[in-house]
Amino acid sequence: MQNIIEVNKISYNYPERSLLFDNLSLNVREGEWLALIGQNGSGKSTLARLIDGLLVLKSGAITVDGLPVNDENINEIRNRIGIVFQNPEDQFVGATVEDDVAFGLENRQVPREQMHEIVEKSLKSVGMWQFRERIPANLSGGQKQRVAIAGIIALHPKIIILDEATSMLDPQGRNDILQLVRDLKEDNHLTVISITHDIDEAAGADRVVILNQGQIIDENTPDGIFAQPQRLKQIGLDAPYPAKVIEALSRRGITSDKQYMNDEELIAWIKQLVSRM
Amino acid sequence: MSNFIFGRYLPGHSWIHRMSPQSKLLLSFYFVIVIFFANNGYSYGLLSALIVFVILMSGVSIAYFLKGIRPLIWLIVFTVLLQVLFSSGGHVLWHFGPFSITDQSLINGGFIFIRFLLIIMISTVLTLTTTPLAIADGVQTVLKPLKKVKFPVDTLALMLSIALRFVPTLMDEMETILNAQRARGVDFGSGSLKHRVKAAVPLLVPLFTGAINHAENLSTAMEARGFSDSEHRTKYRLYKWQFRDTISWIVFLLVGGLVLVFRKY
Repeated sequence: MQNIIEVNKISYNYPERSLLFDNLSLNVREGEWLALIGQNGSGKSTLARLIDGLLVLKSGAITVDGLPVNDENINEIRNRIGIVFQNPEDQFVGATVEDDVAFGLENRQVPREQMHEIVEKSLKSVGMWQFRERIPANLSGGQKQRVAIAGIIALHPKIIILDEATSMLDPQGRNDILQLVRDLKEDNHLTVISITHDIDEAAGADRVVILNQGQIIDENTPDGIFAQPQRLKQIGLDAPYPAKVIEALSRRGITSDKQYMNDEELIAWIKQLVSRM
Repeated sequence: MSNFIFGRYLPGHSWIHRMSPQSKLLLSFYFVIVIFFANNGYSYGLLSALIVFVILMSGVSIAYFLKGIRPLIWLIVFTVLLQVLFSSGGHVLWHFGPFSITDQSLINGGFIFIRFLLIIMISTVLTLTTTPLAIADGVQTVLKPLKKVKFPVDTLALMLSIALRFVPTLMDEMETILNAQRARGVDFGSGSLKHRVKAAVPLLVPLFTGAINHAENLSTAMEARGFSDSEHRTKYRLYKWQFRDTISWIVFLLVGGLVLVFRKY
């Protein structure tokens, strides 16, 4: 498969901080779902911002869909990449759902009549059309993230970056959003980069890359990565909540036969334990 | 903070809802100016009747309007008292030191009260029936002539629309912080003024930190969504001047004219 994003020997540091990335290279293949995991401060989000040209590289080069990321190509690059950020509240620019979806179109000077068609289509594709007149205060976090996704789909991007997009949602909302992105990825032949703390989210990816202190320390299929939970721990990756509960219980002599469970499985298991007491 | 009315748009399809924001905005300004020309019972009565009519036309429950007054009630009471106790003329009914109440001052106090009420009502109608975005759009149109002197009208309108959009967000955050501090035993409602001001500091600091965080994240998100400047954008919404706007202007101009006539009586 072709590379849609090529990160080539980049280095970057935030002003007055030491180098975060030094000679980092990473390729993203067209059509894959890549999960980028790592501790807070490992540079995951920074990498996403560099790819979208929101931050400026110190050295090295990034190309997106054959275009080098620079001032000249910035609009083209941003037409190709849509980012869903962590906080649903902080990316809702419009006063209502439909105005928010239109924001990106307005920026690209799409004529009004076309805009109305595109907004309708995009909102329908995320199941938010009936909420088009709602204001953000009357939407749940998951609904706001859906709107953010509609705003991205409206621009027909090639790449969607989920920058911890599900971390502020409840488990149900998280699963819904991920399923939605999976469906949209299939329908629109998208490439997805998901930056996440959520092992379940990473487990659904085609490929997982672990970033630690600005360096790629592992790159494998999800099975390969999660087969070594001890190793994840060594590099200080925050274990998912169910894993912590399981570990805390095992320290008190209550062990499960499974090494890892998601929230629902954990709840079912605990219910079972309680009923046996 | 659900009684805080400003920036809380109530969706609807009434006559007032469907007017163009430009004329609603200008009519509100115009109405406030007219209020200051009113000087007797007839004119205040007429303006009050118009406001009641407008409220009925907006299809919004009167309870929303009454809630809108609550946060300003002390300001109103203070101003009315000032007017009643310090204005002179007419028969003195009661006096003590520098204070005196005359029949004229009571009437003036009443007028001031109505004046406040009218201004709050008209602005509440505007904010309840007009989306923040539409208000911002109205401001943009109204201020358009300033573009000639290089005034950043479009940027101002966008800033206004985003500020209004974040009012409920910050209000909710304020509520959360308030409850979090209360849960830790902070008492906001009692104690000396100094104590209360001190108690407000742990509210304001997290609120401001939150607001700055929102601003920073929002600017990144806007940039990622292709925003570069507010001049070169198309508009999703089109607010056309409609027949209903013409009718409304005729009614308001007529009332304004009558207020000027009533001044003479």
